[in-house]
Amino acid sequence: MSLLARHLESNGIITLIIGSAIDIVEHCGVPRYLHNDFPLGNPCGIPNNQAMQLEIIQAGLILIEKADQARTTQRTLHCWKDEVWRKDYALVDDSNAEELRLRGERRRQQQVDDKTAGKPRAAMISDT
Amino acid sequence: MKENDVLYMQRTRDFYRAQGYTNDYTWAHNDDAPFSTLRKPLSECKVAVVTTAMPDSAAGRAQRQVHSCASLPVPSSMYTDELSWHKTMTHTNDVASFLPLAQLKRCEEEGLIGELGDRFHCIPTEYSQRNTLENDAPEILARCQQDAVDVAILVPL
Repeated sequence: MSLLARHLESNGIITLIIGSAIDIVEHCGVPRYLHNDFPLGNPCGIPNNQAMQLEIIQAGLILIEKADQARTTQRTLHCWKDEVWRKDYALVDDSNAEELRLRGERRRQQQVDDKTAGKPRAAMISDT
Repeated sequence: MKENDVLYMQRTRDFYRAQGYTNDYTWAHNDDAPFSTLRKPLSECKVAVVTTAMPDSAAGRAQRQVHSCASLPVPSSMYTDELSWHKTMTHTNDVASFLPLAQLKRCEEEGLIGELGDRFHCIPTEYSQRNTLENDAPEILARCQQDAVDVAILVPL
């Protein structure tokens, strides 16, 4: 998505990314980024919290108006209900090492099967 | 970056190494970024939304490609199963939590933006940056230009 932002902006369309993976977005470098420090999946606000969702999009619109240089990042002050998610994402430890090894084997086999079947783009496999 | 920010690139590298992959994915990296300035007030701009979710339809589930859908009525669901959002901690059943169409429609009604674009766009997440740069991004640009979009709000899950 960051690559798309760069492409649109280079062609005169103003862009704003609203996301929750600040390291990836800033690594790529985008014109404007509004960061919500949430688990991946709900960058526009906690599900069913319409007031928060409206505040976030309004903050995004203000950022579009106020940003005066590329790579402008702003963080909202919204918080998730707990902090458990920070360590949980893509966790690797002794409890799942064997499961992950087997998953990798299945995944590589699927990629071979997809290529054999002539699929133009390999299917994404949800990992987390 | 802040101390408690989740380092998704490192987490992902570790996760794939645990699955037996030896070549780490290389994320796009740039020191600079393009920047355009608003040529008119936001209250006069047409705003489109782009998501990495796919339409919750047979085509959306089967075809990982650029799709465009009507912004209104807001879809009641989107297909997100193949994306790596945090499935043990949250859900994507509330479309407004990642596809801000309802919010933007309200902003239109309040005069904060000119109008919500008639359609929003879905772009597949890609391992291949070349696919994104040479195919999907130009296609989204063309569709935004067709719709005379001034501003694009991009929301990766």
